Amino acid sequence: MLEIKALRAGIEDKEILRGIDLVVPTGEVHAIMGPNGSGKSTLSYVLSGREGYEVTGGSATFDGHELLEMEPEERAAAGVFLAFQYPVELPGVNNANFLRTALNAQRRARGEAELDAVQFLKMARAEIKRLSMADDMLKRNVNVGFSGGEKKRNEVLQMAILRPKLAILDETDSGLDIDALKIVADGVNALRGPDFSAVVITHYQRLLDHIVPDRVHVLANGRIIRSGGPELALELEAQGYAAVVAEAA
Amino acid sequence: MPAVTETLDTVAAVTEGGYKWGFSTDIEMDMAPKGLNEDIVRLISERKAEPAWLLEWRLKAFAAWLKMEEPDWAKVHHPPIDYQDLHYYAAPKKKPGPKSLDEVDPELLAMYEKLGIPLKERAILAGVEPEEGERPPVAVDAVFDSVSVATTFRATLAKSGVIFCPISEAVHSHPELVKQYLGSVVPAGDNYFAALNSAVFSDGSFVFIPKGVRCPMELSTYFRINARNTGQFERTLIVVEDGGHVSYLEGCTAPQRDENQLHAAVVELVAMTDATIKYSTVQNWYPGDADGKGGIYNFVTKRGACRGARSKISWTQVETGSAITWKYPSCILQGDDSVGEFYSVAVTTNRQQADTGTKMIHIGKRTKSTIVSKGISAGRSDNTYRGLVRIMKGADGARNFTQCDSLLIGDQCGAHTVPYIESRNPTAKTEHEATTSKIADDQLFYCRQRGLSQEDAVGLIVNGFCKDVLKELPMEFAVEAQKLLAVSLEGSVG
Repeated sequence: MLEIKALRAGIEDKEILRGIDLVVPTGEVHAIMGPNGSGKSTLSYVLSGREGYEVTGGSATFDGHELLEMEPEERAAAGVFLAFQYPVELPGVNNANFLRTALNAQRRARGEAELDAVQFLKMARAEIKRLSMADDMLKRNVNVGFSGGEKKRNEVLQMAILRPKLAILDETDSGLDIDALKIVADGVNALRGPDFSAVVITHYQRLLDHIVPDRVHVLANGRIIRSGGPELALELEAQGYAAVVAEAA
Repeated sequence: MPAVTETLDTVAAVTEGGYKWGFSTDIEMDMAPKGLNEDIVRLISERKAEPAWLLEWRLKAFAAWLKMEEPDWAKVHHPPIDYQDLHYYAAPKKKPGPKSLDEVDPELLAMYEKLGIPLKERAILAGVEPEEGERPPVAVDAVFDSVSVATTFRATLAKSGVIFCPISEAVHSHPELVKQYLGSVVPAGDNYFAALNSAVFSDGSFVFIPKGVRCPMELSTYFRINARNTGQFERTLIVVEDGGHVSYLEGCTAPQRDENQLHAAVVELVAMTDATIKYSTVQNWYPGDADGKGGIYNFVTKRGACRGARSKISWTQVETGSAITWKYPSCILQGDDSVGEFYSVAVTTNRQQADTGTKMIHIGKRTKSTIVSKGISAGRSDNTYRGLVRIMKGADGARNFTQCDSLLIGDQCGAHTVPYIESRNPTAKTEHEATTSKIADDQLFYCRQRGLSQEDAVGLIVNGFCKDVLKELPMEFAVEAQKLLAVSLEGSVG
């Protein structure tokens, strides 16, 4: 379970999150929607431990771990995965090597046995097949020369291989055509189950047609101003953020 | 704290503890008195019972050196070197070139063990040949300060006509070959450090591959500077006759000392028609401490001559050590259709300075050269690529491709690219590509978010950056080099 209490954070002296309260029970998928500049990406970075963000108050715990006190790699080993809005290129580092190194680092941290190259490739190839992705995905250098859609698909592949307990998807749908959107959604849906939770951050409702959330939260001005069921996303789509924000104010 | 700031802090915190080869070995030494003059040159020659022609050659080089000035065009800075404050000859007192393990000083054996030269290689050093079915062995010439202490597999190599021995011995056993080729690629008066080397060179390896012979194993020389206040001036000469082939590896380390030590080597390669020489270096001389105290001055002249048609010389170097590196392994592409290659990774951290690159001189028709240089700078170091591509008038259809990439870690280091391209033939084609990048905070965060530690992330990114060069190294060496890169940059990020 992810439990965020009165979380305040910002960059330098600018406060962006002004007291976030959010509970995502294990097994649920929650969507966070909101206008640009509302703090959506900041929330994902603060939860995953990106440097440069200063937490000024509150707490965030996941399955008993005090997330905000952990290094990014410790959070990863605890099961937190961030699908990046802008996946980063690693020239000369191939996907297979990257993922195996990452997976084994996580497994080591959890006291699990590492996978050898053969075991890893077998598992990774099965995931690629399941996600209907191209076979050369593992051989290519991490995100180098990938189209926007391919980069997002690569995030989903990484998620499938690393099998997190909590996935945070930071506007993974932005810039995707409908086919790519479906692949992303299928990737998340395939992981859904009693031990998996997700926070899906999105600007648009359309992703939520494919990943139907248990709850929808509206983030504006660094606070969650409304929460509801999946129908809230449709209401936002119909009326726009301005109306909901004005109503809450 | 942003990763870059942390990087800098940790780079600053790295001290001599980072260099794992920094121990010294207590060996009884035969040392020449400090200082450099004609008598010292004579003494070195006498110690080695050299023929008169070689003494004469040395004295001529010494006379030339006296008239020369230390070069100042490289982007490196150091206090003036007091050439009179060095020993120019230091040799372990035990007789060099032992016949069996019992004759090698046990201290020396312990040292090689500590250096982590793989067990098999140590077995080789001890003169024990491996069992059948084991991985192909590597023949080793171990040069300790001024002399070669052991050369292995000589008997095996001799069966195929390959000569692999200390050059001091080749002077006696194969004088005609040494006389013919010594100084034929790097003349005694070529440059300041080459002239110095020619005057006082002590030992090094000699390799001769006869016509049509493919050397049955990798050859390697392991250089170790041990003695205090001692310069190392080794000289390597590799000659490959028509159609021959050799792959040669060179490794080097030195103890951690507060004072700077001078290393001025000369390597000459000669490739005749259809001959191939692959020369790989993993250079890990002591780089000095975090404040730039101590470390090796590595002023080296390496040059290969592709004398025959379709000959090929390939230099691959991974440079992580030395306080100052001044080194430009070059190819003179004389034979038609000859090929020169230069693949380099140079890593500098702390206060290290590297000015390194290559020269490709295209003389023959359709000669081809490839240059791939990867510079990695961290801490407050300075890393310069300096390269010359010269296409002579007769080099119809010559081609060069150059790629220089620099990777910066932190914002107090420098990366510089200084390419010189001179073309006197309109049919020649040269290409030059250069990039400079930084290990970005977002790359580190991306890796860490996936579960990698910061150090593993840097290792992964750096190895990715160097991949084009590392893949040119012989397999075992590549693994060694990857580890070395990781160790060299250990602690360069928080």
